[in-house]
Amino acid sequence: MSNTAMDRVAEATPPKVARRIRGLSDRVIAWIFVAPTIALLLAINIFPLLWTVWLSFTNYRANRPNLPVQWIGLRNYERILSDADIWATMQATAHFLFWTLFFQVVLGFALAWLINRKFKGNDLWTTIIVLPMMLSPAVVGNFWTFLYQPQIGLFNYGIAFLTGVDPTSFSMIGDVALAPWSIVIVDTWMWTPFVMLICLAGLRSIPDYIYEAAECDRASNWRQFWTITVPMVLPFLMLAVLFRGIENFKMFDLVVQLTGGGPGSITELTSINLKREAFEKWRTGYSSAYAIILFVTVFGLASIYVKALNKVKDR
Amino acid sequence: MNAFLNGLLRCRRAPWEAVASILIALGVFMLMQPFALVAFTYSFAVTLVGTMTFIIVSHFPE
Repeated sequence: MSNTAMDRVAEATPPKVARRIRGLSDRVIAWIFVAPTIALLLAINIFPLLWTVWLSFTNYRANRPNLPVQWIGLRNYERILSDADIWATMQATAHFLFWTLFFQVVLGFALAWLINRKFKGNDLWTTIIVLPMMLSPAVVGNFWTFLYQPQIGLFNYGIAFLTGVDPTSFSMIGDVALAPWSIVIVDTWMWTPFVMLICLAGLRSIPDYIYEAAECDRASNWRQFWTITVPMVLPFLMLAVLFRGIENFKMFDLVVQLTGGGPGSITELTSINLKREAFEKWRTGYSSAYAIILFVTVFGLASIYVKALNKVKDR
Repeated sequence: MNAFLNGLLRCRRAPWEAVASILIALGVFMLMQPFALVAFTYSFAVTLVGTMTFIIVSHFPE
């Protein structure tokens, strides 16, 4: 008689239960295993989404639950899409999104390319570079606020050292022209290591024999880079852009800690604006419509992006 | 160009996906551009049509 754990469980199962389990088909057992996940998904993803869609057509306010809810059709959407302040918020988000993605891709790829070369202390440098990514956005936001202080901030003194300007003459998070760049710099500092790691995985997946064959054909380093390295890393890079793009579109915590959306509302990204509408002004129906607009935008972009990614992978 | 139009008429996936992708990209550009408020106003409608089209045509034959 064998003594495996499975045998012991089988022996301990009461005959009645065992008979009932034996009577179930594979399909039913599969459904039993999958059902809790589906139920959870429906409860915490699909239901809130449908509820939000419904709320977006009403004047519901969460701070006045006893007020009768009125169906107002597309009025919330009309108000949002003709609001110049929300338009400005979208432009701030576009600025943040474009420049963070640009810098993170360029610097992340460059760092991965350098780290991929075998040199002494390679692992130590990888660990040091990856550190910012492991910090909490609240912590990063707080200490960059100190770094950006005009009187004592190291950032200002660094810029002063490099350019010769007076360190107290400018304030990164207090100046309307500089504040949008201050959040771009911090997000780039924090998340470039993530892009680097993904690019590094791509670079390490390229077999050496391809480069050896290229060298036999006397291909220059420049040509090897553009015809082997870049095309083979491209799917990884696109994946990194997808992840960072979606994350940055809904960026909230870092910017709230750093600038709070200011000065004025120059760094107020869509998610910060949405939170203010939903939980400070308590315009729940209005903010639901706002959330749906953002959802459709991200969903549409992600759809074409995944299609492009599959095309690149199939090439 | 002819192949593209033929594909559209015969409900083929690739040309219709291209149309949907252009609509989505146009909608997102209209949403975030700094030039005209009227483009911002119609951006969501364009993105929504593009996204719905994309979902539908992804079930078309190759």
